[in-house]
This record gives sequence, structure tokens and C-alpha cells, in this order.
Amino acid sequence: MATIAAPAVERENYLNTDFRVRSWLLTTDHKRIGILYLLSITAMFFVGGFAATMIRLELLTPAGDLMSSDTYNKMFTIHGIVMVFFFLIPSIPATLGNFLVPMMIGARDLAFPKINLASWYMYITGAGLMMYVVLTGGVDTGWTFYVPFSSTYSNTHVIAAVVAIFIAGFSSIFTGFNFIVTIHRMRAPGMTWSRLPLFIWSHYATSVIMVLGTPVVAIALTLVALERAFHMGIFDPRLGGDPLLFQHLFWFYSHPAVYIMILPSMAVVSEVVSTFSRKRVFGYAAVALASIAIAVLGFLVWAHHMFVAGISAYAALVFSLLSYFVAVPSAIKVFNWMATMYKGSVSLATPMLYAMGFIGLFTMGGMTGLYLAALGIDVHVHDTYFVIAHFHYIMVGGAVMGYLAGIHFWWPKISGRMYPEAWGKIAAATIFIGFNLTFFPQFVLGYLGMPRRYHAYPPEFQVLNVMSTAGASILAVGYVLPLIYLLWSLRYGEVAPDNPWAATGLEWRTPSPPPTENFPETPVVTWEAYDYSSVAEVPVAR
Amino acid sequence: MHDSSAVATHGLRHHFADMEQQRASATLGMWVFLVTEIMFFGGLFAAYLVYRTAHYDAWVIGSEHMNFWLGTINTVILLCSSLLVALAVHAVQVGQNRMCAIYLWIASAMGVAFLALKGIEYHAHFVEGAVPGALWKLAVPDPRAVQMFFYIYFVMTGLHALHVTIGVALLAVIGWHAARGRYSPVYYSPVHVSGLYWHFVDVVWIFLYPLLYLIAHKKA
Repeated sequence: MATIAAPAVERENYLNTDFRVRSWLLTTDHKRIGILYLLSITAMFFVGGFAATMIRLELLTPAGDLMSSDTYNKMFTIHGIVMVFFFLIPSIPATLGNFLVPMMIGARDLAFPKINLASWYMYITGAGLMMYVVLTGGVDTGWTFYVPFSSTYSNTHVIAAVVAIFIAGFSSIFTGFNFIVTIHRMRAPGMTWSRLPLFIWSHYATSVIMVLGTPVVAIALTLVALERAFHMGIFDPRLGGDPLLFQHLFWFYSHPAVYIMILPSMAVVSEVVSTFSRKRVFGYAAVALASIAIAVLGFLVWAHHMFVAGISAYAALVFSLLSYFVAVPSAIKVFNWMATMYKGSVSLATPMLYAMGFIGLFTMGGMTGLYLAALGIDVHVHDTYFVIAHFHYIMVGGAVMGYLAGIHFWWPKISGRMYPEAWGKIAAATIFIGFNLTFFPQFVLGYLGMPRRYHAYPPEFQVLNVMSTAGASILAVGYVLPLIYLLWSLRYGEVAPDNPWAATGLEWRTPSPPPTENFPETPVVTWEAYDYSSVAEVPVAR
Repeated sequence: MHDSSAVATHGLRHHFADMEQQRASATLGMWVFLVTEIMFFGGLFAAYLVYRTAHYDAWVIGSEHMNFWLGTINTVILLCSSLLVALAVHAVQVGQNRMCAIYLWIASAMGVAFLALKGIEYHAHFVEGAVPGALWKLAVPDPRAVQMFFYIYFVMTGLHALHVTIGVALLAVIGWHAARGRYSPVYYSPVHVSGLYWHFVDVVWIFLYPLLYLIAHKKA
């Protein structure tokens, strides 16, 4: 492909206004902060990915031969902590959300730009501390920090890891808090609530969870650290404490945290499905309210992680029922995306491939979640690979696919360059195949009784584990591909037009890449969301 | 945007359209922040509730070792300081920057007084041996549960004292800006949102005071 030269006179945009390092590190531009986050979470993704690689290599053979059981414990703990707190939770909100929330509502910036920058610095501090923990011996409690192991018996860097998560947690609170105020107060004239892109509705719901949930896990982890440091047992049964209280406080955040990961992906999928079907999202109001419903119901289901921990049978019954309820808004979204595509003018560009992958894999993850919400089945498969496969279908098949859909969809806007479409499709297919080969066998393994968190297993499980590891290596190739071709596109990619997909959002009605102030003048919105008659029809890049 | 006079847009950040939008954003921002604070303290209140239900008698014993009068005086101090902060917000709204500063500084000083009395109480607990862990000396029935009460007491009041300390500094600094005439009836959001924060700190104490100090009295 021939390189297309940049226009002779390059328009001033947020990237070329100032090239000094200082102008990046002290920026209050939400777009630049989004880029800073993008770079940092990508680095953390590969740290967590390294730990995952070690786990899969160890499980290639039944014997625990690659590393000791202690090292293995540290590997899955690092994988969990890094992926959950330092990649998935900030993934879409802090990068695409930061970049797009003000643009989509026609604002010049988030309401509190300095707090936004502070949030990135807190993230970096937390991530740096976590890297210190990783490099000086790790932590072996699992990402869940269950007491009394974490508070009393573990001999690893529990306190430092807890502090790292506490700090990173506040970066996520800052992000959520900024989004809520921005969406309430900074909308452009004419941008009513019912005209908001569904991306915004989902990010609003996400922000509510961030703001309400994160402080609770912060205080729970603080109490673990205090208990560990001063040997005062608030969760220690020897001192009259209750370990279950920790689990309640932990899951009160950490279950809704799953919705922090999945709602922003749903946000991306709504935009992508509509754009590449050239149809308004079917049942706009239902999809918007489903986001809010997921946020609300998400707070009422946490004890389904504790069915075998010793909670009362009546509590278990109620939490089981409430967990089923979450399926309703989730299904509303899935059905409405399908209905949006139905009789739409569907084009299978890379973001659409990822979005369709999301819909299928999320549905599988969600359906197996219903298995786990059933009390009897949960007792059977609790702490097995069935659970692992279930939440990886949600977090990797769902959240990461949505993230990649979004990165490709908005790449022209963010970088001003098109990614190579053929490579994009190859990577999307590789990831889809690799993902299913990695995690589908784990459903079977779990159902047959292979427990999670062991570095050795009986020989009869080897075939499925080899399949899983083979899938993981395909998946790894799939993740490295976008890293390479997206970087390549920064220099050699085709120069992106302002609206390459003929999408309807406000962010597409301003230059690519946008100027620092986002819009030459404050836009006035006179059209409904996803009104394709409001944009000039341009050929969609395929 | 439509305000042309320099006074009307003094303090307006570039990304807001007008003063009203900026003021509304600052106020909503502080309320959302306070919601996170409520959830932060909420985890501790949940722990309090669980263990108080489990060990009620120990909670009464622990409460008897609280200094009722110091706690009551501290409650009065915080309530009065909140009144002063409310007066400060009113003063700045009517353009009395000087009065605003004086109110804020007195409120800040009352926060210091609160912390001093709290320090005296903590010291008394240490002398008495009412500190969970190695320093524990109290001879009481069910010492484990009473230690749990003191553990929760120290964490909750400690976290509250941390918030008071931040508030003391905040009110002093905002008072300093007020004294220098930085605020006006159009631009006074910092005074308003700092006031909201201080009221929140006050409200937390209003919950802590009966929960920690008054259980013994309820029994009597």
C-alpha cells in the first residue's frame, strides 16, 4: 500500500500543538490524558499477560514442573490484580471514555480537568507500587485478599499491594466523579438526556458504580492492612471478628466492578453496531435504562460469590434470585443489538467484527453466569475452572473485545490515521479463535471437577489443558498484532477523514484528530441520537 | 460566554460556558464526592453494626470507658463551627469577604480545638490501657469483644479526625483567599463547597457520638 502523504498544511490539533514532554505530563486536556492512560494500561496489560502466559505454560503438563506452587500462587495473584485493577477497570472509561465523553456531549473538557490529570498520576503511583510488589517477590493471596490468609498467614507484600489498589481505586473514583458531573452539567445546547449517545448512558452507569462501590473496597482493604500491621483483628475469628464480613465488603465492590468492566464495552458495542448497520439502535430508551438497571441490580447480588462460604440459606436464596434479575437488562441489550442489525445495512469492518464477537461471547458468559447463580450448580462448580471460564468469557470475551472494537472504531479520530483494515480483520479473527480455544475447554475442565488455583492436576485433564494453552498462544499473537499495526499506522496509515464511518456522534463532526478545544464553536444539537439522515452519506471504509 | 464585563467572569475557567455552569458543576462535584465519602465511612458503619449486634454487652462496657463530657463538648464545638461556616457562605454571598474570612478562621480554630480534645481522650485511653493489642490493660469481661469495640472506635474516630484535619487546613486556606478578596457574590464556589465538606464532617460526628458515647446511657 502506498503511503499517503500528510496534507501540506497540517491543521492544528491536540497532538501537534506542543511536542514537549512537559506539555504531556502537565496536560489538562482530556484527550491527552486519555492517551496517557492508553499507554499506561497497555503496559499493564502486557504485565498481566506475562503472568497469564506463565500460568498457561505451567498447566501444559499435569506435574507442577515449571515453577513451585508458591511461585504459581504469585503468578495468578499478579495476573488477577493487574488485569482487574490496572487494566480492565480503567480500560475503556479512562482511555476512550476520557477522550470521548466531553466530545460526544459537545463540551470543551471534563468538568474538572486537573482532577482528571491527578487521577492519572494516582493510577501511575498505584501501578508503580504494584510493579514494586511484583519485582520484590510478589503477593500470593489471590486478587480477592481473603482473610485470615491475607491478614495473618501470608508472608508476601500484602500491605504494599493493598495500598497500590487503594490508590488506583481513587483514580477510578476521580474518573467516575468527573464523568457524572460532566454529563449532568456540560452538555451542549440541545443535547438532552434522550439525545445522548448510548455510550454516554453506559458511562454514566459505570461512573455511578465507581463512585458508590470503590470506597467500600478501599475501606475493606484498609482494614486488612491495619489488621496485618497492628495485629488487631477486625476480621480475625480468634479475636471475635468475622471473616465473612470481609467477603461481604469486598464483593460489595468487586461484584459491581464486573459491571464497571462490561458496561463501557456495551457502550462501545451500541455505537459500533448502530454505525455499521446504519440504523438507529433498536429500543434506544430500553438500552439506555438497561445500563442504569444493571448498575442498580449489580449492587444487590454480591453474596452470590459466597454461597458456599457459610451464609444463611435464606440469604443465599435471595441473592440467587437477584442474580437472575441481572440477566434481564443484559438480555434486553443483546436482543436490541440483534434487532438493530436485523434488516440493517450491515458492513463487516473490524470494529463490527469485534462487536459481533462481543455479543456472542458475552451471551455465553452471561448464560453460564445463570448456571452459577443457581445454588445447586454453584455448589458443584464453585472454585473450579467453570467459574474461570465464565468470567473470562465476560471479561476477555466481553470487556476486552469491546475495548478493541472501540480502539479500532475511534482510532481514526484519536490518531488521525486509518488502521490497516485487512490486518484488523485478521487480528479480530485470530483473537476470536484463540479466545474460544483457550476458554471453552475450561468450561469442560471445571464441570469435570478441576479446581482453580492449583499448579498441578490429574493426568486425565491434560488434553483439555493443552488445548487451552494452545489457544492462549494464538490469543497472544492476536493481541500483539494490533499493537504492531496500530503503531505502524501512526506513520504509514492512510490519513483519516473527519468521519470515516459516516457515524452520527458529535465527535465525528469535528476534525480528525480534534483541535484542543474539541469544537471550533460550541455545537448546537438539533437531531436525535443515531439519526443517519443528519450526516452526509460517505462511502464506508471496508 | 454572554457576560461581557470582566467582573462577571472573574474566576471562570476556560472550559465552562458561564459562571452558572461552573458553580453548578462545583456544587454537584462536591455532592458526588461526599457520596463516595458516605460509602467510605459506610463500610465502617456496617462493621460497627455487625459487631455491635454480635457483642452488645461488650459495646456497653466499651462505651462506659468513653469520656462522655469531652465527647459532648466536642459535639457542641463541631455544631457551632458548622453554623459559622454557614454564616461564612452567607457573608461571601453578600460581598463581605472580611467577615467570611473571620468566620472561616474561627471555624477552623474550633476544628483545632476538637482535635485537641480528641487527643486528650486518646491519651487517656492509652494511659488506661484501653488500646487493643499489646497495650491492652483493661480488666473487663469478654476482653476480646471489648477490644473489638475499641478497635472500631479508633478506626472510625481516627478516620474522622483525619477528615477534620483536612477540613481545618481547607477552611484556613479558603479564609486566607477570602481575606485577600478573591471571592465575590458571583464567584464563591470554593467557599460553598468547602462548607459542604465541613458540614459532612460534622454530620459524620453526629452519627459517631451517639453510637460510641451514648450506648451506656441508653442502658441506664
